[in-house]
Amino acid sequence: MSYIGKFRVWRGDANGGSLEDYQVEVNEGEVVLDVIHRLQATQAPDLAVRWNCKAGKCGSCSAEINGKPRLMCMTRMSTFSEDETITVTPMRAFSVIRDLVTDVSYNYEKARMVPSFQPPKDLAPGEYRMQQVDVERSQEFRKCIECFLCQNTCHVIRDHEENKPAFSGPRFLMRIAELEMHPLDTADRRDLAQDEHGLGYCNITKCCTEVCPEGIHITDNALIPMKERVAGRRYDPVVWLGNKLFRRNRA
Amino acid sequence: MTEVERHSYDVVVIGAGGAGLRAAIEAREHGMRTAVVCKSLFGKAHTVMAEGGCAAAMGNVNPNDNWQVHFRDTMRGGKFLNNWRMVELHAKEAPERVWELETYGALFDRTPDGRISQRNFGGHTYPRLAHVGDRTGLELIRTMQQKIVSLQQQDYAETGDYEAKLKVFAECTITELLTDPATGAIAGAFGYWRESGRFILFEAPAVVMATGGIGKSFKVTSNSWEYTGDGHALAMRAGATLINMEFVQFHPTGMVWPPSVKGILVTEGVRGDGGVLKNSEGKRFMFDYVPDVFKGQYAETEEEADRWYTDQENNRRTPDLLPRDEVARAINAEVKAGRGSPHGGVFLDIASRLPAEEIKRRLPSMYHQFKELADVDITKEPMEVGPTCHYVMGGIEVDPDTAQSVVPGLFAAGECSGGMHGSNRLGGNSLSDLLVFGRRAGLGAANYVSTLSSRPAVRQADVDAAARLALLPFDPPEGSGQPENPYALHQDLQQTMNDLVGIIRKAEEIEQALERLVELKARMRRVVVEGHRQYNPGWHLAIDLRNMFMVSEAVAKAALMRTESRGGHTRDDFPQLDPQWRKTLLVCSSAADDELVPGVTVEPKEQEPMRQDLFELFDIEELSKYYTEAELAAHPDYRGAAAGSGDEAGKEEA
Repeated sequence: MSYIGKFRVWRGDANGGSLEDYQVEVNEGEVVLDVIHRLQATQAPDLAVRWNCKAGKCGSCSAEINGKPRLMCMTRMSTFSEDETITVTPMRAFSVIRDLVTDVSYNYEKARMVPSFQPPKDLAPGEYRMQQVDVERSQEFRKCIECFLCQNTCHVIRDHEENKPAFSGPRFLMRIAELEMHPLDTADRRDLAQDEHGLGYCNITKCCTEVCPEGIHITDNALIPMKERVAGRRYDPVVWLGNKLFRRNRA
Repeated sequence: MTEVERHSYDVVVIGAGGAGLRAAIEAREHGMRTAVVCKSLFGKAHTVMAEGGCAAAMGNVNPNDNWQVHFRDTMRGGKFLNNWRMVELHAKEAPERVWELETYGALFDRTPDGRISQRNFGGHTYPRLAHVGDRTGLELIRTMQQKIVSLQQQDYAETGDYEAKLKVFAECTITELLTDPATGAIAGAFGYWRESGRFILFEAPAVVMATGGIGKSFKVTSNSWEYTGDGHALAMRAGATLINMEFVQFHPTGMVWPPSVKGILVTEGVRGDGGVLKNSEGKRFMFDYVPDVFKGQYAETEEEADRWYTDQENNRRTPDLLPRDEVARAINAEVKAGRGSPHGGVFLDIASRLPAEEIKRRLPSMYHQFKELADVDITKEPMEVGPTCHYVMGGIEVDPDTAQSVVPGLFAAGECSGGMHGSNRLGGNSLSDLLVFGRRAGLGAANYVSTLSSRPAVRQADVDAAARLALLPFDPPEGSGQPENPYALHQDLQQTMNDLVGIIRKAEEIEQALERLVELKARMRRVVVEGHRQYNPGWHLAIDLRNMFMVSEAVAKAALMRTESRGGHTRDDFPQLDPQWRKTLLVCSSAADDELVPGVTVEPKEQEPMRQDLFELFDIEELSKYYTEAELAAHPDYRGAAAGSGDEAGKEEA
């Protein structure tokens, strides 16, 4: 059941690199990450790759396999033919540290800019009451394993480094939606979503949804509803009039 | 002199799983400048793999639940070897710790009246596990990760610097703890950045160890690469003691097929939600494996077991939900008897028990995992499962209240600490353990630091020595012989532990394992890595191997010494529970005979007797299955050796 598979893996660092060809044993039932590990153990001991759980739960082994953003641990070898050359490259939207390992610090910086959950002041721990149907909306987004494949594929930043300061990417716009839909959160992040996190840059092409290994409906359930909430606040004529009339009182 | 990046902190937390993050939150909230150091990216820790839930006697689903019931269940699960004070603190404080997570933003599944829902699990009398589908660990990590971000946002608002008081050093490995030679107290920690290979030194009077487990010393394991026993080994090298290292939990249900995913966990929640184990004859075999100590507590017919899911007042639970050690041994026995599944496991069937939609709703990541990795649709066919190395009950010996080890300034919490779970951990008690004792360790460290009048200094000689040992694989001593590949050495270690110190043990095999460990350790000196220090996985493994060897030796030596079977330690040559051993702990420490991989010495030590009011929470009949006659005399219902069932103690087979 084993065969010798053809692999082309990007090797290099921040100063540059190239695709290198390898021939490596592949066994029944294996995933791409197994083969990368065999490469490490037998031919390329210093091949750099991030991984942890090997079960699609931690989101560490993100890469591009034949150009598609994927988790290496969840890409079965049986989806390729035996004579196919499998090309593995690092995520393109982030700068390379070494081989398949990229600098994902952008994501942690953006995470810090999202104002955290603001609990209700009048409820003590243990007094929280929420209905299942209400928590489910945010729970969908909390399935996110932070593999950053959605960030990697989003065309706003994929080949546009210059957009990074103004745009937080689908992962963190979804985080804002998650907090906004939390039944007990008391903060309002709608203006921030538009002004600081670049919600307006998103033109709902759904690329993020397509690559999400958790199958989260990022565009339909997080980004579009978030856009609607922002639109409702900013562009609804009644809200606009209310803001005009009562602005002084609110200040 | 070694070139090294220096940092000064009040508290350094090693490990960013649940225990580490909870400790860091507590230390920072007590005003400590706190560093969290972790081998992976922030938020990737092994805790994300925890599926089933977090045990806390909130009584939301069954109001009869309370801390005493949880206490009793945990002591039973651990076969009464547990540190009872830890079990008491755990049972009492777990609900508060779970409720607190809601104030950080966690979203658990709900009951119809809007409270936190709780699910059934092995060994827990009532539905007790707070959960989010089958991804509870991810929810805990994300919640605490986001709490840390919120604390950093507070610091930013005050100081203009997010990292003024709390900083995460991700992809950074600690290779040695540094101590004050005069007092033995913690002075700092030395390590390297995985990305650049550059050295880093933390000068800090308190270190909280929260590094998790040791599973990567075994071949079939549910654990990730990070689980190399770093905390266990670092602590021993710094002078701390480990207890209960012979107790390793083999989770009964790991995937067995395809080979590349062998060992990956299948949550106990499958059984909690109605899934049953069957052999190749289609028989629900667990009814044949209820041990005497649990007789009468579990259903005896399939009909009663099935009624229990809907009516727990009038029925006993299914033996599919016996504690994990019992289920793992039963599966092992069925496979050995030739009644296993095609790939050497048994069948776990949920497909015939619940509607497809319900399975997908309750167990979404299990559905996903089998569909993606094994091409099995669990709503249509049974899963194939078998035991996998999952958790080590043993760990750093700590004071229950402060979580401090015998080394001043060294604290430990979560899987790398020992005592709480005795000889076997109940499912769901791990997430609650890391919340309760993560907090206590953070608090203990903060209190310790605030009472210090001066801080121990790091000696340059220790820094230089740590750097030299870390670089050894690039430059092994001349004439040491055939160079060794760290990956090959690691595989040999895993095979040895799996085959010879695995789920069923016997003296000859453990002795053989110890001999092999000596050979492997000799090869360890000849490990050579290629390339340079920048993100070099071969080098990282070579460094982690030091720890795996120490921990493996501790497991093997303690396993050889304990001549009984209990929980996560099964001796083929000593198949019975022995009440004399119940009150005996095996304490491992470093022999300090070698700087690269010191040997391990094991000493027996008497366990402190349970406090009287806790002792009286149990019936004398139950205690008599575990305790010696002399110990039982302290119970108010004791009627002398001849009267009660106490004379069975010692002969009882478990």
